[in-house]
Amino acid sequence: MATVSIRSVRKAFGSTEVLHGVDVEVQDGEFVILVGPSGCGKSTLLRMIAGLENITRGEIAIGGRVVNNVAPKERDIAMVFQNYALYPHMTVRDNMAFSLKLAKAPPAVISDKVGRAADILGLTPYLDRYPRQLSGGQRQRVAMGRAIVRDPQVFLFDEPLSNLDAKLRVQMRAEIKDLHQRLKTTTVYVTHDQIEAMTMADKIVVMHAGNVEQIGAPLELYDRPANLFVAGFIGSPAMNFFKGRVESGAFRFDGAQLPLPRAAPGVNGASVIYGVRPEHWQLSADGIDAVVHVLEPTGSETQVMARIADTPVVCAFRERITAQPGESIRIAPDPALVHLFDEKTGVRLN
Amino acid sequence: MSDTTATTIGATTEPEGPQLLSWDSRARRVVTIYVPLACFLVILLFPFYWMGITTFKPNSELLNYKDNNPFWISSPTLDNIRKLLFETDYPRWLTTTMAVAFASTALSLVSSVLAAYAIQRLRFRGSNYVGLAIYIAYLVPPSILFIPLAQVVFQLGLFDTPFALILTYPTFLIPFCTWLLIGYFKSIPYELEECALIDGASRLQILRRITLPLAVPGLISAGIFAFTLSWNEFIYALAFISSTEKKTVPVAILTELVQGDVYHWGSLMAGALLGSLPVAIFYSFFVEYYVSSLTGAVKE
Repeated sequence: MATVSIRSVRKAFGSTEVLHGVDVEVQDGEFVILVGPSGCGKSTLLRMIAGLENITRGEIAIGGRVVNNVAPKERDIAMVFQNYALYPHMTVRDNMAFSLKLAKAPPAVISDKVGRAADILGLTPYLDRYPRQLSGGQRQRVAMGRAIVRDPQVFLFDEPLSNLDAKLRVQMRAEIKDLHQRLKTTTVYVTHDQIEAMTMADKIVVMHAGNVEQIGAPLELYDRPANLFVAGFIGSPAMNFFKGRVESGAFRFDGAQLPLPRAAPGVNGASVIYGVRPEHWQLSADGIDAVVHVLEPTGSETQVMARIADTPVVCAFRERITAQPGESIRIAPDPALVHLFDEKTGVRLN
Repeated sequence: MSDTTATTIGATTEPEGPQLLSWDSRARRVVTIYVPLACFLVILLFPFYWMGITTFKPNSELLNYKDNNPFWISSPTLDNIRKLLFETDYPRWLTTTMAVAFASTALSLVSSVLAAYAIQRLRFRGSNYVGLAIYIAYLVPPSILFIPLAQVVFQLGLFDTPFALILTYPTFLIPFCTWLLIGYFKSIPYELEECALIDGASRLQILRRITLPLAVPGLISAGIFAFTLSWNEFIYALAFISSTEKKTVPVAILTELVQGDVYHWGSLMAGALLGSLPVAIFYSFFVEYYVSSLTGAVKE
């Protein structure tokens, strides 16, 4: 196990810079998830940690040792690829034993380690099968088994669940988390799925267009997003945004007005973006009118797509809603849970 | 839905009306599949049939079409084969051809694997141009290239030795095999090599333990092509070999079995038939790999 330090790392392909100076500290045994939309540079950063891409500027250290010029095999890492990258011509056993054989480990040690990893992952009955004879979930487990047998300092995962169906993804998510809790190996995990990030990570690094937008624990990002991008990216359904001005102690837009959060000093007269998560609306007789467009009852909650004046809004209520499309409901945000962002810079104001 | 099914079944068992030629009707299959296939087969196999019957025909029958059916043998003979095997150096030509074909194929495959891997995977500066240059080299016809190559062969003292052929055939085999293998290597997912790199393999270990085992169909099809091209090669073998006993089969049967304006058709055809057998046997062993290399990429 080891720490991973990413310091002012930049990456350019030719004249195009894709990472503009990234700083991330991963503590020993921590599960860190790099999350962001496609093309934000998260996979490139992971590949730089693995040694599969050169570092244009800055440095990456694993366990205190700067690895900028260290070959991948000497970094003591293991990586799970998006398409698993299992060797198709080798059995599950050989796939898992490959790195140990290359390291010239004694056959007894290889068989012991492979056996133990197969046991942890429930792969023992499949050891003599070829990857093509396995299901998606089993292949995923073999890829993880291949990483486990090496007992590396750091696990790297590159969108490992994106090829699985929804049900299997939820199951594998839990398995990976369980595995991390058992092995306590430092893990860096890349995904574009914010639910995966929220459910698995100790710490999330939100990336966008080659920059780190915010680093923090999942709930910290949910409760106090540092800017508009993080606010919109974390949480599902996404946060509602309203563009307007703060005037005489209230937020006004499209002729409607909403209450301000308590901790919002010095915003009077400013143009701001007002953010409310769908689950932070309440039905309230003192609220403002919203015209219901679509109702989506999921059983545990009901999602309502509505409009306040001309602005679309999504609300999620625990209680059953009886209103029909076209009817009005009165809703109000919980002022303690409202987010304010600067209209120009997108930075959080409260 | 049930109506459609009923109609289809009706069409196959009791053909009538516009659905007479439904897709699975026997008549349609015969017209669209078996008749064209049969034509193709006849056109393709007739030269071999002709070669076969001429080999076993006595000269009298061969030259007299009026009294004998040209497409059949009345009194088969092994005379032509006996003459070929015992009165000429044919066994020697055959072994020379085989040795030259094997050696030049092996040499070309080794060089091509390394070249194709470097161009496709190492991505060194200018690798695309090197790939292009190799391809352009393939476009230079042997009928032009044999003149400067003759100079080289003479200066190295290789004239009239099998090495003259073993070392010149790769001039057209390497570009061909390299291009074929570049295409095949491209179909092997790059992540496999990256994964092996992290697993601790060196470039050579990756080539030997990951890429080559996965590229076996590609290697076999490159090998078959290279072997056939070497086996059938004519112009270099004609230009660089002069002694009768050192000739290869294609050159020898033409220069030794055609004397002046006398064509020894029986022996010529026997020579061609025996000469094509090794290639046919070679193909038959590897036909599955060959097809898979042309039709599919590596699947996990």
